[in-house]
Amino acid sequence: MTGPGPATAAQPDPRPEPDPRQDQRPDSASDRQPGPERELGVVGRSPVRADLAAKLTGAAEYAADLDAPGALQVRLLRSPVAHARIATLDTTAARAVPGVVAVVTAADLVDFDATWGHYVRDRPILARDVVRFAGEIVAAVAAESEAAAAAGVQAIRVAYDPLPAVLDVRDAVTAGAARVHDTAARPGFGCPPGTTFVDGNDFYHYRVDLERVPGADPPDAVVIEREYAFPAVYQYAMEPHAVVASADADGIDVWSSCQHPFLVREELAEVFGLPEERVRIRVPFVGGGFGSKSYAKLEPVAVAVARVAGRPVRLVSRVEDAMVTTRRHGMRCRMRTVVGRDGRFRSRHAEIWMDTGAYADNGPTVTMVAGMAATGPYRWERVHVDAACVYTHLPPAGSYRGFGAAHLQWVGESQVDEAAAVLGLDRLELRRRNLLRRGETVIPGCRPLDADLAGDLDAVVSRLGWGAELPAWRGRGVSVGVSPAGVSARSHARVELRPGGRVAVLVGSQEIGQGARTVHAQIAAEVLGLPVDRVEVPATDTETTPYDRSTGASRSTTVAGLAVARAAERLRDAIVAAVAARWGVPASELLLRDGAVVCGDRSWDLAELAELAPDGPGGLAGEGSAEELGGGSGPALFWEVCVAGAEVAVDPETGRIEVREVVTVADVGRAINPSLVERQDEGCTLQALGNALFEEMCFGPDGVLRNDSLLDYRIPTLTDVPGGMTCVIVENGDGPGPFGAKGCGEGVFGGLTAALVTAVTDAGVRVPELPMSADRVWRWIHAS
Amino acid sequence: MNPPAKPGGTGSDQGSGAFHWPDGRGGQPQPPPRSLDRVEAPTPGEVRLDVNGVEHRLPVDDNALLLDVLRDRLRLTGAKRSCDVQVCGACTVLVGGEPVSSCCFLAQDARGRQVQTIEGFAAEPGFPAVAEAFARHNAFQCGYCAPGFLMTLKPLLARGALRSRADVEREFAGNLCRCTGYRAIVDAICEAAGVEP
Repeated sequence: MTGPGPATAAQPDPRPEPDPRQDQRPDSASDRQPGPERELGVVGRSPVRADLAAKLTGAAEYAADLDAPGALQVRLLRSPVAHARIATLDTTAARAVPGVVAVVTAADLVDFDATWGHYVRDRPILARDVVRFAGEIVAAVAAESEAAAAAGVQAIRVAYDPLPAVLDVRDAVTAGAARVHDTAARPGFGCPPGTTFVDGNDFYHYRVDLERVPGADPPDAVVIEREYAFPAVYQYAMEPHAVVASADADGIDVWSSCQHPFLVREELAEVFGLPEERVRIRVPFVGGGFGSKSYAKLEPVAVAVARVAGRPVRLVSRVEDAMVTTRRHGMRCRMRTVVGRDGRFRSRHAEIWMDTGAYADNGPTVTMVAGMAATGPYRWERVHVDAACVYTHLPPAGSYRGFGAAHLQWVGESQVDEAAAVLGLDRLELRRRNLLRRGETVIPGCRPLDADLAGDLDAVVSRLGWGAELPAWRGRGVSVGVSPAGVSARSHARVELRPGGRVAVLVGSQEIGQGARTVHAQIAAEVLGLPVDRVEVPATDTETTPYDRSTGASRSTTVAGLAVARAAERLRDAIVAAVAARWGVPASELLLRDGAVVCGDRSWDLAELAELAPDGPGGLAGEGSAEELGGGSGPALFWEVCVAGAEVAVDPETGRIEVREVVTVADVGRAINPSLVERQDEGCTLQALGNALFEEMCFGPDGVLRNDSLLDYRIPTLTDVPGGMTCVIVENGDGPGPFGAKGCGEGVFGGLTAALVTAVTDAGVRVPELPMSADRVWRWIHAS
Repeated sequence: MNPPAKPGGTGSDQGSGAFHWPDGRGGQPQPPPRSLDRVEAPTPGEVRLDVNGVEHRLPVDDNALLLDVLRDRLRLTGAKRSCDVQVCGACTVLVGGEPVSSCCFLAQDARGRQVQTIEGFAAEPGFPAVAEAFARHNAFQCGYCAPGFLMTLKPLLARGALRSRADVEREFAGNLCRCTGYRAIVDAICEAAGVEP
């Protein structure tokens, strides 16, 4: 066997590149480049996801579907202004509304530090004296019915004294700008040790200072220097946030549509002053996340209201709430790329301002990843990046799929194309000459490059008809990037043999649609030699599910998956040991196959072995963790590959862009479930198209979101699917996860956004900002 | 703009509530059927609703939305709330056999007409074959949009209105999905409709 076995190494050696062989799946538009010959059972196949039946029949319960008898319905009063002092806040009439049980304001939350935030503890649960963005939660009404709660909200009287608001990220960092927070940033529980904050709106900076070759750029070098902008964007998980919460003397009990239940638990324990074991989080089916349900969102206010009301509460938000709950960061940057006449990449400088809105949320992490993405995976002689996370009086921005790379990769890649044009060099050739190779440093202090980017680029180009002549107003683009993924090795899992010979995988990675549960079942089934339908992965309950840091950064397969593999290996060993002890067979002769332990012609079905548990039923179990992936390699446990290509047509009459062809690369090391890998890339393709071509949150000069509904905020429909959509699955077995896997599903955002920009540029229209909406493109055409 | 060539089309209408009138024409204003005639004022107190073949008698406010009545009162939570403005299709249910966006449809207007939700469709003998097509293509991810797609699909299948991939792409432009790239959904629908993908 040439491929990696079930036991994987944390830092696998680079493996020989496989011959790219076409393996056109009959039901698929995608290509698979198989890696080392596989001798695996269920890993590498695409069983039907186990959760599909419940989802198709409507039986799947999402947070808003939960029956919460006796729970009060909560409605929120939000600020209509961007920055103001709350002059008066009168809840008398609201309290008198029939059915209203509690009207909660900051004045009710004085017995504890009612401020939250995992990175920066900067966010009042309910606005205290000041509102810092239009949409900030000022008061909450809990009532016996939704209608009574809504009537209660209507009856609250608030007077605001307006204050100057900073709405533009560049204005926010000019001298004399109004301060969004007038005190220094206070680290939250999730702030990495050693983080330093700046006392100003630009409260956090991430810098890259890399000098491979000290010195200065040659005087005759080609210099490209420009400014760019990226808009605020809405994730639109179709299910808006929903929380059912109770808080009593026993502790806090929450059901939430969230991606990071263990970090929500930590946040609530911290804020409400409880030990973590008295905070319980359960997660039902989640209707999409894409980062919008990462960390705490509405859980703090729901718990605060439950605490005041003394009854369970149900807080189900709407799209208009979700849009001011979290969003993608707007970005502005100035970048300079210097390329020698010999085609050597000399230096890159970037100054980046990330608009994180009124509260930090995950802004510093987004800023860090954006700073990394600004470098690009090239062998620069010198790189200097300064990325600032900046407060403004806009709704808070946090995580959204592919963050950082989505913001910056297109900027750097369009400068590479411009430099190529000035030098008269082929765009591909210029990239190939300067691309980092496996093992080279991407960012000092981080894991070295662990992918074959040149091979990935070739995979795209060979499927894009590269080099063939195109008519006027048509263009092709490619793009290469990497983004740090994995973030943390803190994932644990427990795999149990249960009565009837079924196996339960307890793992805290959330099923948010990506198929994590199916992948985890496949991993356990592979290790245990079981049919996958004998494995179940129950929903997360922090009381019983082992700790998992988060469902994000493409870590479910790689990091949580490795914990599952390790736990399954321990269970396998325990089963073998139990059989060996009970029947006196040498353990070395025992094999798990088809749901049984086999020794020559003897076999024992797992169903009968479930009774062998030393401590009674459920005693045969294995625990595992992914801690072996840690080891000071920074936030990149692996580099997610962001490589894509596109062909577009620009209509010069209307400015409309038609996406004729898209090729994306899922460089996944090992596709545990190829169908799910394709779905991830296809889904990300549509989101990236939306972000690149038309999605944009429009704030008025007053800081109020103008397009706060799906009528005015358009997301891609079926009619936006590109003419051709090919996902190339590359399996080099070089990931740190189980079976050589590494994560996917986000890389397309950086890769495709940049490929679309470079394709439009190739068609003759330079792109200074996103989205490339028809009106902008038309103006760019007519301005040039 | 010419009306869609094939019966049952909704043209470029992106509202999932784009009403398919029983005669198969889409998009053209038609006189409302008798049961929509608000001159028949609702009797105060109880309203009779036929949902999934079960008759319910319950008090319903004049302004109560069908989605709320189904979800909160009848505990039929398969229909999902998302956009609230008849754009996303997640709340699609059948009234009188035709898809409506129940987030923008008054419960009172469902009186005297058969309402079907995904729970009702899922219990019918024809459902497993449809579900099988979606399963084979791993067509949904988070699943939040799935009931809406299926309820939009059901009458189109019954009517034989899906004769090409273009038909599918037109009819489902009013159902949003944020997880998938739509391709697998279209493939699954083509398979369910017996259309070349």
